[in-house]
Amino acid sequence: MARRLSGRPETRWAYVFLLPWLIGLVLFQAGPMVASLVLSLTDYDLISPPKFVGLGNYAQMAQDPKVARAIANTAFYTVLHVPLAAVIALALALMLNRVTGRAAGVFRTVFYLPSMTPYVAVGVLFLFLLNGQAGLVNQFLGLFGIDGPQWTTDPAWVKPGIVLMSLWNLGSTTIILFAALRNVPRELHEAAMIDGAGAWQRFRSVTVPMISSALFFVVIINTISSVQMFDQVYTMFFGNQSAQHSYGDAALFYVVYLFQQGFQFLHMGYASALAWVLFLIILVITVIQVKVGNRFVYYEAEPQGSTELESR
Amino acid sequence: MTGTTAGTSAPAGPLARPASPAAVARDDRPGGAGTRRAFFLVMLAAASAVFLYPFVWLVVASLKPRDRTFADPFLPWPRPFAPQSYVDVWHAAPMTAWLVNTVVVGFMAALTVTVSSAFVAFGFAYFRFPGRGVLFGSVLATMMLPAAVTLVPTYLIWNAVGLTGTQVPLWAGNVFGSAFYIFLLRQFFLGIPRYVFEAARVDGASYLDLFWRIALPLARPALIIAFVFELKASWFDLMKPLIYLQDPQLFTLPRGLKAIVDQFYQGGDPKWEIVLAAGVITTLPLIAIFFVGQRYFVQGIATTGQRG
Repeated sequence: MARRLSGRPETRWAYVFLLPWLIGLVLFQAGPMVASLVLSLTDYDLISPPKFVGLGNYAQMAQDPKVARAIANTAFYTVLHVPLAAVIALALALMLNRVTGRAAGVFRTVFYLPSMTPYVAVGVLFLFLLNGQAGLVNQFLGLFGIDGPQWTTDPAWVKPGIVLMSLWNLGSTTIILFAALRNVPRELHEAAMIDGAGAWQRFRSVTVPMISSALFFVVIINTISSVQMFDQVYTMFFGNQSAQHSYGDAALFYVVYLFQQGFQFLHMGYASALAWVLFLIILVITVIQVKVGNRFVYYEAEPQGSTELESR
Repeated sequence: MTGTTAGTSAPAGPLARPASPAAVARDDRPGGAGTRRAFFLVMLAAASAVFLYPFVWLVVASLKPRDRTFADPFLPWPRPFAPQSYVDVWHAAPMTAWLVNTVVVGFMAALTVTVSSAFVAFGFAYFRFPGRGVLFGSVLATMMLPAAVTLVPTYLIWNAVGLTGTQVPLWAGNVFGSAFYIFLLRQFFLGIPRYVFEAARVDGASYLDLFWRIALPLARPALIIAFVFELKASWFDLMKPLIYLQDPQLFTLPRGLKAIVDQFYQGGDPKWEIVLAAGVITTLPLIAIFFVGQRYFVQGIATTGQRG
């Protein structure tokens, strides 16, 4: 078909406009994907040439207790963060939707502000807030007579502390859900009311189905970013040799370990294997979520509403 | 949590309509619209306090002497007032260089990604050509590609061309556009009526004219969204500076803040007030940018969220 149309100047111009993307796709996306796969079959330390080891890196991963630990830690965090973030953000969005107008705008801004705080600064701030002896969180718990845990040093409490920190950043999720709520036609609620539906029934049968595609979207996006958690955790618990590691590997997240292997130990082959497994994990999770989601998500028929998620 | 959207809300736009008799009747009963609105306002105010207070604590603690950092945690002003930390942090680290670096890198990253993404997006929006569907599919597919997967080979590329240790790898990949912004801008261009372009073609405008003189000016809001989003992303970035920068003079603020935490919080020489002051300096410019460009942030998240 290229032959049939290659003579048209319009087609040639189209590819001129697409050229940056095509170059980038080869150079920084598809190329590195393939290179990553090839590298994952080698031992490579940047100094001596890569040495082919077959599936050796993958075999090593299967036996590396740190990989198991990193996957478990990351899964723990994701399984807690994603539902909690969705539920709390939905609660905030529902409240915003009840007041609307200027007040809603002001509160929405407030809820988004933490999301404008660079992750390194968030990590720094929560090192102080979660301080076991005198941090704000434990002093607040102390007001109710609760003796708060050692969030930053007790291995059992490090990840719950990280989840707590992550729930400070709900701005985008709240904005997306609030926007979805505002698009729910009021007629539907009124019809349900006339039919005698109570508040909870209307929430279950009108609100949730009508915003299900937005809920689905935030769950997928938040899952993908949770699995790749790095900045805050690395800021708080890694990078300083003299820091006391009383928390053991409790904060060893998957991408942290990938980063250490690749850029601290220069195990480029092993890091590439870790990267590919991460890619497959994310792919599998997303496919499962899309499959499950499609059974529950209600898509309104939209003339040009082919979003990237619907179209796959 | 049990509340729904009925009753008091007044959505703007085509959905706004007068309340039906049933809804009015509901709102008239005791504990009706006004009371419920007040209840939700109080709840929202309480939630806001939770989200805002960490900022207050950060700023206040950064203005207190070291031995008072954790004292009076619920007092919303510093006692005693000790702004010396902001002078000390400038002596302890090259803060001016870090600030300039962050602005320069952020500006380069945002400018390049906005222009190139718009260029590519125009190609997808205006032209009809063989392979368009497949190629646009590739744009969408790369949105799902986790950055961690290409970390190592991307490093090897920059290493091969001798640019590791410079700030170039922090933004130069953006000259090829980014899937997310291409998607956003294409949606925007598709909304421009086609006869606008056809009329210009009749008048002898070239395709580059269509892009530069018609599409770009009309897409200004979407361009600003892309610019501020990427500026924010660049200002947040820790991974790339960690990988590519060794010379502290070249650090960006997040990378610099990480170095300060390592030295003055975790290290043997605790100077908490310096860490906190550096945290404020890293955060404040972005908050200021947010207040200036707020509607673009909200619009961007809401539209891409809904569209996506």
